[in-house]
Amino acid sequence: MGVITPAKPNTVAEAALSRALNDELADKGFVVAQLDKLVTWARTGSMWGLTFGLACCGVEMIHCWMSRYDLDRFGFAPMPSPRAADVMIVAGTLTNKMAPALRKVYDQMAEPRYVISMGSCANGGGYYHYSYSVVRGCDRIVPVDVYVPGCPPTAEALLYGVLQLQKKVRRTGTLVR
Amino acid sequence: MSEALKELGDHIVQAQADVVSKTEIRLGELMLGTSPDKVTALLTYLRDDPKCLFTQLIDICGVDWPEREKRFDVVYNLLSVKNNQRIRVKLMTDETTPVPSAASVYSSAGWFERETYDLYGVWFSDHPDLRRILTDYGFEGHPLRKDFPLTGFVELRWDDVQKRVVYEPVKLAQEFRRFDFLSPWEGAPKVLPGDEKAQETAAAPAAAPAKAN
Repeated sequence: MGVITPAKPNTVAEAALSRALNDELADKGFVVAQLDKLVTWARTGSMWGLTFGLACCGVEMIHCWMSRYDLDRFGFAPMPSPRAADVMIVAGTLTNKMAPALRKVYDQMAEPRYVISMGSCANGGGYYHYSYSVVRGCDRIVPVDVYVPGCPPTAEALLYGVLQLQKKVRRTGTLVR
Repeated sequence: MSEALKELGDHIVQAQADVVSKTEIRLGELMLGTSPDKVTALLTYLRDDPKCLFTQLIDICGVDWPEREKRFDVVYNLLSVKNNQRIRVKLMTDETTPVPSAASVYSSAGWFERETYDLYGVWFSDHPDLRRILTDYGFEGHPLRKDFPLTGFVELRWDDVQKRVVYEPVKLAQEFRRFDFLSPWEGAPKVLPGDEKAQETAAAPAAAPAKAN
């Protein structure tokens, strides 16, 4: 539903026609683009991250937004309200007591929504894997798009994870997720 | 420092001989032993006596000694800002013997006692609001007791059919493993694993290859 498959030219003649049409439109000040590419371009260019800092990873997540790495320049802005956010960064140890709250916040986010799991604890329990009070991975509670390994991951690693998420959004290329 | 502590200890024992069961100075810190029924009296004295003035309660915590009949220690750490001194009050109790709440003496005791109750199951009587404070809602057991299993009893996951977080008995993909992190330079046995034979041959014919190197 809602998936747009990019129309690929089948023959050489079609490609030539397409190119000619493109040139003609460009002369008149138009740019031709595929709608899904346009949508993903807009989507990746303004992803607001819900800052779900739960432990030391949260500090590293803050570093990522500070001047040295400056996530804002990728259009990735921090957003404390789940209703306006696109991406949730689960940064830190997810405890049993926190899990229902995390899910509630995730449910409040509008579609399309993405989740980045940051750090060993969020990925699979990490250091607290055998603990009585920690969820063994936040993917037991919410679906995760990108896992960033590390304990804690450097700000650089999270930045790479964000770029990977943007790549994923671009490659998925759907209007409705 | 330890002179001052000794003096303070003697002073307290003199004034409260029936309440203090023992005093001990170790590692430059003074410890008083008492019993559950007398602890409020002792704490009140320590707070109000002009030579003590331990007006701050730093912490209340528990210790579990499963082999002991009275298996729990409850430890009160006090600070006197006026006299720049710290003191520790200890008492022994078990699962059933309630300890009178110190909340009437120190207003900060409420949450510390809730924590001790939550993690050890020590019961505090006359506490204004004795509930769990740290563990999950509806948690069962007291996790810092030595007989509480590390992984607990339940784990949770999101159930997409019921649309809620559900609790299930723990299923571990891999058992907990205790790694031997002994450094080969300290504490480890001198014989390396697999190297036992070399030791034997070196010990038995000690005469011949002594000058090998």
